Amino acid sequence: MRKSRIAAIATLGTAAALALSACGGSGFSSTSSAGASGTASASANTTPLTILIGSSGTAETNAVNAAVSAWSQQSGIKATVIASSNLEQDAAKGFAAGKPADILYTSPADLATWAKAGNMYAYGDTLPNKSDFYAPLVKAFTYNNQFYCAPKDFSTLALEINTTMWQKAGLTNADIPTTWAQLDAVGQKIKAKGMVPLTFGPQIERVGVFMAQAGGSLVSADGKTATVNSAANIAGLTEVQKLLKDGTAAYSSTLHNAGWGGEAFGKQYAVMTIEGNWITGAMQTDYQNVKYKVVQLPAGAQKGTLEYTNCWGITAKSGNVGGAESLVQYLTSTNQQLAFAKAFGVMPSVQSAKAQWIKDNPAMAAFVDGASYAQNLPSMPGAAAVITDFDQKLPSLATTSPKTILDAEQKNLQAAINNG
Amino acid sequence: MTVTAISHRRRRGAAQGQGVAGWAFVTPVVIILGIFLVVPIVMALWVSVSDWSGSGSPFTAQVHFVGAKNYTSVLNGQGLTAQTFGLAVRNNLYYVLYVVPLQTALSLFLAVMVSRRAMKGRSFFRMAFYFPSVTSSVAITVLWLFLFSGSGVVNKVMSYLSISGPDWFNDPNGVGTQLFHLKESGWLATGNFLGIDWYQWLAGPSVAMSAFIIMAIFTTSGTFMLLFIAALQNIGEDTEEAALIDGAGAWARFRYVTLPLLRPTLYTVITLGLIGTWQIFDQIWIGTHGGPAYTTTTPAYMAYDTAFSGNWGKGAAIAFILFGIIIVMTLIQRLILGEADATKMTRKQLRLDRAQRAASAAAAEKTTGRAH
Repeated sequence: MRKSRIAAIATLGTAAALALSACGGSGFSSTSSAGASGTASASANTTPLTILIGSSGTAETNAVNAAVSAWSQQSGIKATVIASSNLEQDAAKGFAAGKPADILYTSPADLATWAKAGNMYAYGDTLPNKSDFYAPLVKAFTYNNQFYCAPKDFSTLALEINTTMWQKAGLTNADIPTTWAQLDAVGQKIKAKGMVPLTFGPQIERVGVFMAQAGGSLVSADGKTATVNSAANIAGLTEVQKLLKDGTAAYSSTLHNAGWGGEAFGKQYAVMTIEGNWITGAMQTDYQNVKYKVVQLPAGAQKGTLEYTNCWGITAKSGNVGGAESLVQYLTSTNQQLAFAKAFGVMPSVQSAKAQWIKDNPAMAAFVDGASYAQNLPSMPGAAAVITDFDQKLPSLATTSPKTILDAEQKNLQAAINNG
Repeated sequence: MTVTAISHRRRRGAAQGQGVAGWAFVTPVVIILGIFLVVPIVMALWVSVSDWSGSGSPFTAQVHFVGAKNYTSVLNGQGLTAQTFGLAVRNNLYYVLYVVPLQTALSLFLAVMVSRRAMKGRSFFRMAFYFPSVTSSVAITVLWLFLFSGSGVVNKVMSYLSISGPDWFNDPNGVGTQLFHLKESGWLATGNFLGIDWYQWLAGPSVAMSAFIIMAIFTTSGTFMLLFIAALQNIGEDTEEAALIDGAGAWARFRYVTLPLLRPTLYTVITLGLIGTWQIFDQIWIGTHGGPAYTTTTPAYMAYDTAFSGNWGKGAAIAFILFGIIIVMTLIQRLILGEADATKMTRKQLRLDRAQRAASAAAAEKTTGRAH
């Protein structure tokens, strides 16, 4: 069933690519230099568009399909949405063949790799609503001082608390931790009742929040120097080690082999977890009867969290850059983003949607509150390998000194920066 | 005399016609092989010595020749790629070291067992043992993930024996480390081959890799059992009977009659095993993505992973280094098993055979000549 669908999609994709190669002239390459301000930096033509998405599920695919076909009717430009189960691989095939999709979901790390290879078209600076996007998101999609693509939506990490278990441990709303010291204190109380206080995945993508809270970051503000083994990062990772050692926290993978923090939390293996807003979807579908609330992460030396985002990347070889730009503007408009948020629970990337979004999702306000102080993980070419290496080493944090891990990654990340 | 000359000439003409026809029939396959095999290999070879970034054809002016840079960055023992490659080679080496001998022994054992005439329900057992081989490796890997999960069946059974099982696919600890209580200190922490120290070379396969090793033995022994069964059927009853009459016991018959006659098959099985185990990819891709702590990363998986994260040159270089490893391993195996001698033997036998036949033909002609 799934196979045949993929096959059908692949056939569609090939057909679309063929159509593109038939219609798209070679003259469009000249439009890839950033143009003057206006609604779009390049003018649209009628060449059909393909949009490659790495969908989280049917809800997302349907919502994107609906939005794109609404735009098609309005603009008269045909557009096909292709949901890929392995977006990076499909994108790589398209780039190698010289006929990539016109628009594709692009993560900050992918952007850096693809932009370096000359595959991406930079249009961010010409967006009419550029200043409406949250600043950290614009920074995430800026490569070589060029703002490449419009952020699609974003997620931040926050603290989820199982309210039933919380009460069982004799805790109230007043006990919700806002500092590391308070986190320790409630942790001891929960542990005394025989429950696991806190769980999170053994990855830098989660553990990193403690380093951000200690005031650290993996790269310097200008992105030129790796600061992985800074005193602040060592302090952050030492805190995690302490939590793991005294049993205040446990990696989700060690709790009955849970796949991620959300699973361990949903199955009530632990009272608290650190996850992003995607957890609300999982709780709704898989663990409806678990009562929980979302609060901001406790602060160390400062408040800190991490954010994740994708953008609508436009490829440099697109036959209809103007059309693609106008579609992206439609898709990132305030109203359309609110519609996406309703359909599959993402957070709009524009500040003008914030008030309405909080009104629609009052329980999730903590996620959007994190946007003002959230950090991005480094995304220069080669950084992804360093992140992976981090993730391979963090599972043994309880028995390895934080400095050893950070020193090794400092060397690796600096090498990646130098090569990037 | 003239008759033989004519027939000879006619035969040569026919042979020439056959040659043309043969080429005509072979051409489509040659072209297909060229397009789908030779050209991609040449392309990959070029990519491995170029700075191709994955956009457009690698054969354009924008793509430059960078010499052996990609190869040295994988092999120089410095940096992330080289260290990961060192671990990948270590992991795969242990994988091969355990899987190849064990699967060969097990498949031979199974083949001998199900070939015994006295056994009831032979075809049922043959089918049962062969079943894992025809099942897709995806399905088996997923099954394995369930069986070997922290709270899975395997650990449950072990708990009945009062053994607390490990969290298989999440356990990066080396089996060797645990058995011999190695510590990353002293001379073990020194030394450096392919970017990793002696401690890591001696750590052995991780618990996670062990689960893959068990799986490989389980799935592939059925395939090789089939090869051994075919070979056993070729041996024939009379050989067995002859040995029996000579008073050989069951073990002696197996050791001195069956095993030597199975030698060519044994060679095939080990060669196929060596090549297959160095190419392990799908199980890793589905099961662990190379984790935990890189202990199930293999060169084949790493080549894929490196290439698709934008480092096409390095990825292709790893693939060619893996190709080299497989060639070298197969040559070493050939040397150890002395197959070269065996072929020489058979060739000598062939020559002897031919000489014998010629002699008997001459003798026959002599007798017929005398008769006329």
